[in-house]
Amino acid sequence: MNGAAAILKALEMQGVDTIFGHPGGTIMPTYDALYDSPIRHILVRHEQAGIHAATAYARASGRVGVCMATSGPGALNLVTGLQDALMDSTPVVALTGNVPQHLIGTDAFQEADVVGITQPVTKHNFQVRNVNDIPRIIAEAFYIASTGRPGPVLIDFPKDVQQAEFTGSFDVEINLPGYKPTYKGHPRQIERALEALQKAEKPVLMVGGGALNAAPEIVALAEKTGLPVIPTLMGLGVFPGTHPQCLGMPGMHGSVAANRAIHHADTILAIGLRFDDRVTGKVSRFAPHAHTVIHVDIDPAEIGKLVKTTIPVVGDAKWVAAELVKGAKKLSLSKWWAQLEDWKIKYPFAWKPKPHLQSQEVIQAFWEATRGKAVVTAGVGQHQMFTAQFFKFDSPRSWINSGGLGTMGVGLPFAIGAALARPGELVIDFDGDGSFQMTLQELATLKKLNLNVKIVILNNGFLGMVRQWQDLFHARRYSEVYLADSNPDFAKLAEAYGIRGITLTDKAKLHETVKEVLAHPGPVLLEARVYHEEGVFPMIPSGGAAEDMIIENPRETVAGD
Amino acid sequence: MRHLVSVLVQDNPGVLQRVAGLIARRGFNIESLAVGRTHQPGLSRISLVVSGDDAVLEQVEKQLNRLIEVIKVTDHSEPHVERELALVKVSIAGMEERLEVKDIAEAFRARIVDVAKKSIIFELTGDSTKVNNFVEAMRPYGLLEVMRTGAVGMSRGEQVLKVREKKAV
Repeated sequence: MNGAAAILKALEMQGVDTIFGHPGGTIMPTYDALYDSPIRHILVRHEQAGIHAATAYARASGRVGVCMATSGPGALNLVTGLQDALMDSTPVVALTGNVPQHLIGTDAFQEADVVGITQPVTKHNFQVRNVNDIPRIIAEAFYIASTGRPGPVLIDFPKDVQQAEFTGSFDVEINLPGYKPTYKGHPRQIERALEALQKAEKPVLMVGGGALNAAPEIVALAEKTGLPVIPTLMGLGVFPGTHPQCLGMPGMHGSVAANRAIHHADTILAIGLRFDDRVTGKVSRFAPHAHTVIHVDIDPAEIGKLVKTTIPVVGDAKWVAAELVKGAKKLSLSKWWAQLEDWKIKYPFAWKPKPHLQSQEVIQAFWEATRGKAVVTAGVGQHQMFTAQFFKFDSPRSWINSGGLGTMGVGLPFAIGAALARPGELVIDFDGDGSFQMTLQELATLKKLNLNVKIVILNNGFLGMVRQWQDLFHARRYSEVYLADSNPDFAKLAEAYGIRGITLTDKAKLHETVKEVLAHPGPVLLEARVYHEEGVFPMIPSGGAAEDMIIENPRETVAGD
Repeated sequence: MRHLVSVLVQDNPGVLQRVAGLIARRGFNIESLAVGRTHQPGLSRISLVVSGDDAVLEQVEKQLNRLIEVIKVTDHSEPHVERELALVKVSIAGMEERLEVKDIAEAFRARIVDVAKKSIIFELTGDSTKVNNFVEAMRPYGLLEVMRTGAVGMSRGEQVLKVREKKAV
């Protein structure tokens, strides 16, 4: 057995069933071994799409996503995806080929310092220098990726290591003396958290992507205490979006109720989130009345990093939430809820109807038609925010987007990864005309796999989010955001790949078109030509606070005129 | 405030790059970084001199701890020993200066490790303030080269930096 065969055997032992990848010179021995392996390989058309698909595979399934690339350009195409997975704490293992060891450092063909370059964008990375280390390093990589705060791990395999005769053992022991994640929260801190909640008059429960595995415990905690719940962009679905105690997401394009609740809250219980600047706005003005911030996170470095924490709880969200449920009591929050209800009723996510087709109504129509039973992905921009606002996510791992890095182009590769992770389920990619064009080559991968993925391009002919900022903050100087004059006919593009393409322009035909899209078996691309100057609101301008929230588009008169 | 931080690491290729990269990436200010092997095979020890308030120090420690190969981090706020080694090459114009420079060196307990016609190399150990003062005292005579190792340190008494026992998870 050579090193390449050992790599595949070690992957099998980790339970890997799918690898997203693209071959090339230095990874060829492993592709040769793959020829005899039961592991399914998904041939993507660009390595970046491979790692995004692996990321979505991980997020949709809860297992480790795996991708593979050759040295140099192949490996470098993973960099964006590694940082994306790092920022959204997703367990991914990336395997790269490298030039043979005797050529490392000589500027050989397709050589790059991949281990050096990917150090800051991975949770950890390895270069295997001895063929017999393969099983141990692969076991350590999967352990690191999937435990503690999950993240991407890259393993670099010089070609000669893949070719060398393997004489080692697969019975390996993980040896990581510096890596011991804490799962159980400190009992005294949990007690203090429960005491603080008892005393709170205006508490809120915020949940993030770190609570993906804790959904049942979060629901139990909310229902037992009566706490209002605010899921962040990454936490959508951890608590059902249709639950009466859900206030919607917070932050830059969050709900009025969520942002005002945080602004007026005296106590914040935050589980599995990292107070991103898109959530807090200006940190010094964030939650100014909160005398108590209870922060539960498995990564000690997140606690106190941005927001001053009064009760730190280092531990796994699921474990800590379960302990909190045990000790929790019903809180008397009727006065607080009266206020919250008022905000919820007065300021739901809404749009002002126009004669044109609008993004919001397209998303809403899909939500209604599917009853929310779908795995949803998005690119990055206005369409992403509209999806977060109007598709109510009721279960965890049903919303896969790029929250931390904001990577345009993830929509389609995420959809492919999610569809493979969740066979039999409907996957919808709400995409933008700008985002979609960053990875559209993956239509070929989609066609080959014939997955039940519905691509809905909300085509407003602009890089809409940038245009919105130019509108509000740059005196409407629309610098380099206009796409409509050179966008392709997206339906025809899909048809060119052999995928059913549909174009929708007429508002009146929305619902029948949604039905048509959903009824078609296999992949469909729907191009919805939507109003091009829509803005996402509410909006807290960058660096602002809840009080600076712009509730409705200032360019338009008040709704109801 | 100035802090001396000791970091026990697995002696893998690239570990120094990881530590240095993290410090740069997170915008921490470091005055010096020194690294060397320990008595235990596979373990190295890094000394960092970092400036910042308590919140910054807390982040430095926590972020270092996130590195997989970092085994233990300590901020030496407790009684500790700190030393730095410096080699200082001073230019010498004449006999009179030579005597003056030797007098100063004696006061600092610096050793002469090289003597040439127009220069002397001194070797000095001490805390960083002592090294600073020595360098300043020599400056008027003409500094040709200064090489400092950066501070290294350890806690006084029985407290040691060691591999943690396996914690139950």
